[in-house]
Order: sequence, then structure tokens, then C-alpha cells
Amino acid sequence: MKKTAFLIPLYVWTAVFVLFPLAIVVYYAFTRPGADGVVLSFESFARLSDPMYLGVLLKSFKVAIIATLICILCGYPVAYTLARSRSKYKLIIIILILLPMWMNFLLRTYSWLSILENTGLLNTILVKMGLPKVRFLYNEGAVILGTVYNYLPFMIMPIYLTLLKLDESLLEAAADLGANPVRAFLRVTLPFSIPGILSGVAMVFVPSVTTFVISQLMGGGKVPLIGDVIEQQFRVVNDWHFGSAISVIVMVIVLVFMYFINRGDVENNGNGGRILR
Amino acid sequence: MKKFVLFLALTLAVLLSSCGDDREVLKVYNWGDYIAPGVIDQFEEENNIRVIYEMFETNEDMYTKIKNSNNSYDVIFPSDYMIERMIDEDMLCELDMEAITNYGNIDGEYKNLSFDPENKYSVPYTWGTVGILYNKTMIEEAPTSWGALWDERYKDNIIMMNSQRDAIGITLKYLGYSLNELSPDALAQAKQKLIDQSPLVLTWVVDEVKDKMIGGEAALALVYAGDAVYCKGYNEDLEYAIPSEGSNIFFDSMCIPKNCGNKAAAEKFINFMCRADIAAANAEYIGYSSPSSPARDLMGEAGKDPTAYPDITKYDLEIFSSLGDKTKIYDELWTEIKTSMGM
Repeated sequence: MKKTAFLIPLYVWTAVFVLFPLAIVVYYAFTRPGADGVVLSFESFARLSDPMYLGVLLKSFKVAIIATLICILCGYPVAYTLARSRSKYKLIIIILILLPMWMNFLLRTYSWLSILENTGLLNTILVKMGLPKVRFLYNEGAVILGTVYNYLPFMIMPIYLTLLKLDESLLEAAADLGANPVRAFLRVTLPFSIPGILSGVAMVFVPSVTTFVISQLMGGGKVPLIGDVIEQQFRVVNDWHFGSAISVIVMVIVLVFMYFINRGDVENNGNGGRILR
Repeated sequence: MKKFVLFLALTLAVLLSSCGDDREVLKVYNWGDYIAPGVIDQFEEENNIRVIYEMFETNEDMYTKIKNSNNSYDVIFPSDYMIERMIDEDMLCELDMEAITNYGNIDGEYKNLSFDPENKYSVPYTWGTVGILYNKTMIEEAPTSWGALWDERYKDNIIMMNSQRDAIGITLKYLGYSLNELSPDALAQAKQKLIDQSPLVLTWVVDEVKDKMIGGEAALALVYAGDAVYCKGYNEDLEYAIPSEGSNIFFDSMCIPKNCGNKAAAEKFINFMCRADIAAANAEYIGYSSPSSPARDLMGEAGKDPTAYPDITKYDLEIFSSLGDKTKIYDELWTEIKTSMGM
């Protein structure tokens, strides 16, 4: 009984800030303004069957998957080195990794524009060195770069925290039993850190797949992602029904995606941290 | 601990002082970068009214926000076609012209226009044309046609305006139609034209176009004349042209939405904005054309700038009209265009 009382704030919070908004989105997705009031309708979903939207959806997943993989590839070594390090500068390095996140997200993305644009810092340096200018901005690569930059700390931190808990004696045991460092890493460290990687994936992949700010600023409107289409429905063309329908579809796909990723986790490492049950 | 107490005290002080502000509140919703610095402060001081000032980027943004919220603004700045639409949808208040005594400063030719035939709901703030801003050092010949924005030579050197009526409108004009064309065939052509253009476009923006053109980031941009005036002031290589196919002439006016909270203060504000010295300060700063000759007289040379004040009889300039129940077609078209980019 006592336990339930403590959980009340959680239930209230979930109801007010998760379930209620979600219900509104679902309500809008399955309705349309009719002649007399709002009517049940699947029109928004029918509209989504246009291959154009499927194309954007696929591209959004492609961008998010690539960005997430790059985050793992860049973030893992950083997290690993940090976790094993006994340097007195360790704390400073961690703060430096987190520092950009204390700055406004938009500001961080805008600063990339002044670095990468045609008349920006990087191109100025290239020209000074007698090299030709490069179009860095307004393409898919730029969108991926912006996504990786903004979400990389969310990959590093969970992996780092997981690896901190790794008992060194396990690695010593592996060495004693004849495993070389590579084998020890692959058989001991990597499986141990999978829960961290999965938390990182959830924290990087989900916001990447729905971003619209990064694709607008770094993609110049030429790399529309599904988040852009949704944002446009709410902000510009005032079609909340269609916007909600797309949101529902994206939520379902992401949910299925995360479910399969986590099922892999449960099979591999039953006692690890899980994102979804 | 001492620091913490100080911090707490300061926070409380700020909170309490804002509670203690018993001035009337006026909520203004204007375009981004569309007022001279200091004008709001001056209005607050002269009238003892606290102004909450927020900004939007396109008419559609503004409309969506007014339509879907009860968070009422007192003064808004829609353009012609949007005023017409908001009047049709009964979203605007009739203005009390007795309270807006400076209305007389507005020239006759900017009054009683098609979107608000008796000026019951709107008072003109600025007007302007839409055209091409180009960098003389980056192109071979001055553009005379909208075709310049479809010219392969300027691949990755063209900035488009991320605003549905303007982008679709000039495309229709380029194809030889009216800006207000609604036939499915013409709209389908315009859509295809914009999708075809997308590999040539550097980026789609609205307000950021100014920084980019001043910085020499692109050769050509679709802009409002007022932004062209502003940019030319910072970069001498820039010039503005209205293409021969004709273009849009727009009027941004001040209106009071139906769900406003303080109509009297809103009318005071509109009246203040029509005062010659204030109108001149605004027009001079933002670069958009003023509909008030007393204001233009105060501006000297800037009041005669041919970019802002072209001989409008020389061009085929059309006012956007409200799309009425066809708005949905445009909205879907715009979604399809923006979704198809780079596919």
C-alpha cells in the first residue's frame, strides 16, 4: 500500500504528460473535419500510401541509422578510453564532452553553418591554402554530421557508465585463460557493454529519426525528413490530422524497431539494463 | 551558502518585481526583424503599457497560431491575402478609426485595397514587391526573367524563399499564369517546375536570406524588396530586379484578432506606429516601403530609393488574393513540393 502511494506522482505524470497528449495525437490521426463536426476517417493514412512519403520515411531511417552507427563507432572508443583511464584530467574531459550540451541546441547547429558554409571558416582556410572550395552544407552528409554532433554525448555517456562497472579481474581472468586482448575485448568487454550501447542507441536513434531542425538548417530544406513533413503539417499548412497520422506511423515503427533491438539484448544478456520491457 | 542565499534573494527579487508590474499588457505578433530597435521601448514609456513582443516567419505560421490558440495577441501584422482570409473566417475585429487618428498619414493609394475594401479591419504598415536579389560579381548578366532562378549556370547559387504563396506564386508568373491561378493543370506545372529546380537551389530560407546574401553565400535569391534594401546597405555588390514576367506586390497591415485581450491598447499601438516619426524610423530600419508620405519625407534619400519605391506602373504587379476554400489544395501542393525535394 505504502509503495503505491509513492507511485502516485509517477502515474499522474504519465497520465498528464504522456498518455493524454498521446490520446490527442491518436484522436487527430483517425479523424477529419467533416461537414458537421469531426468524423472518424482513415483519409490521413490513405494519403500516406503515396510513395513520396514512404521515400521520406525510408530516408529518415537511413539518416538516423547511419548517424547512430557513426555515434557508436566514434563514441565507443571515447567511452572505453575514459572508463579505463586513471588520468587526473578525466573529469575535465567528461565535462568537455558534456559542455556543448549546456548550450542551446539551435545555437550549436547554427555554429556549424558558419564553419561549413561557402564563405565559412573551413572554406576560407581551404582557399588560403590554394585549394578549391567544397560545398559542405545542404546535403545528406551535412544532416548526418549535424545529427552525430548533437547526439554523440548521448552515446558516450551510457557506454561509459556501463564500462565503469566492468570488473578488471574479469579481463585478468580472460588473459590468464589465454585470451589475447582483442579476444578478451570481444568476449568480455563488448558483451558487458551492450546494455550501454543499447541505451545510447535509444537516445540517439529516436531523436535522429524525428528531427526537423537539423535537416532544415544543415539540409537547407533539400533533405526533407519525416520530421519536416510532420512539422510542416502543424506549423505551416495547419493540417493536424495528417501530421498526427504521420506521427502515429512513425511511433509504431520506432516502437517495433526498439522492441527487436531490446529483444536481442534480453537474449544476449539477461541481467543487463533494458530500455523497453 | 552565502552565494546561494544571494542567488535566491535575486531570483525572488526578479520574480516579485515582475509580479509588481501592474501596467497594462499588450501582446504584439509581428514578422521577424520587422520593427526598428527602440520603438517598443518608446511606446511603453509614452503609454505606460507593457509590450510582449513575439515574432513569426510566414503568414501561414501566424495564422496557424492564431487559429489554434486562445493565447490571444492584440496586434498582428498579416499580409493582404491573409487579411482577406481572416476577414472571411471572422477572425479580425473592426478597428475604431476614431482612436487611430494618425490614419490620415497613410496615402490614399494604399487605402481601401481589394483585401479590405473599406479598411475596416486593417491599417497598412508597409508594402513591397517580390523580386530577385543578385550579386553583381557572381553572375554574368543582370536577371530580367524568373528564368534566372532556373538557370543551370547558377547551380547551388540560388536561394529560394521558404514561403508557399511566394514560391508557388512567382513560379506561376514565370509559367505565364496569374499569381492567383487555381486551375489544377497550372498548379501541377508549377509543382513540377519547383521540384525540377531543387537540384539548383542552395537552400530554402526566409529571414536568413539577408545574412547569406550579404555574406556572398549565393548569387541569386528570391526576396522581398525590403530585404533587398537592407542587404544593399551592407553589401554594395548586391542589386535588386523585378523580372519582366511581373511579380507580386504585397501589403503588410496591422490588425486586431477577434480573441484579443486589450483592444484599446492595440489601437493605441497602431496609432503610434502610424505616427510619421515612428513610421519613418521603422521603414528606414527594416527597409520595407512605407505607405505614409509624411514618413517618407522624414527619411530623405531613403524615402526615394528605387528598390523600395519603384515605378509600379512599369511592372505587371498583382496582389495575392485569398485562396478561400482552395487553401487546402495549395497546402497539399506545398507539402508535396517540400517532400519531393532531393528525391
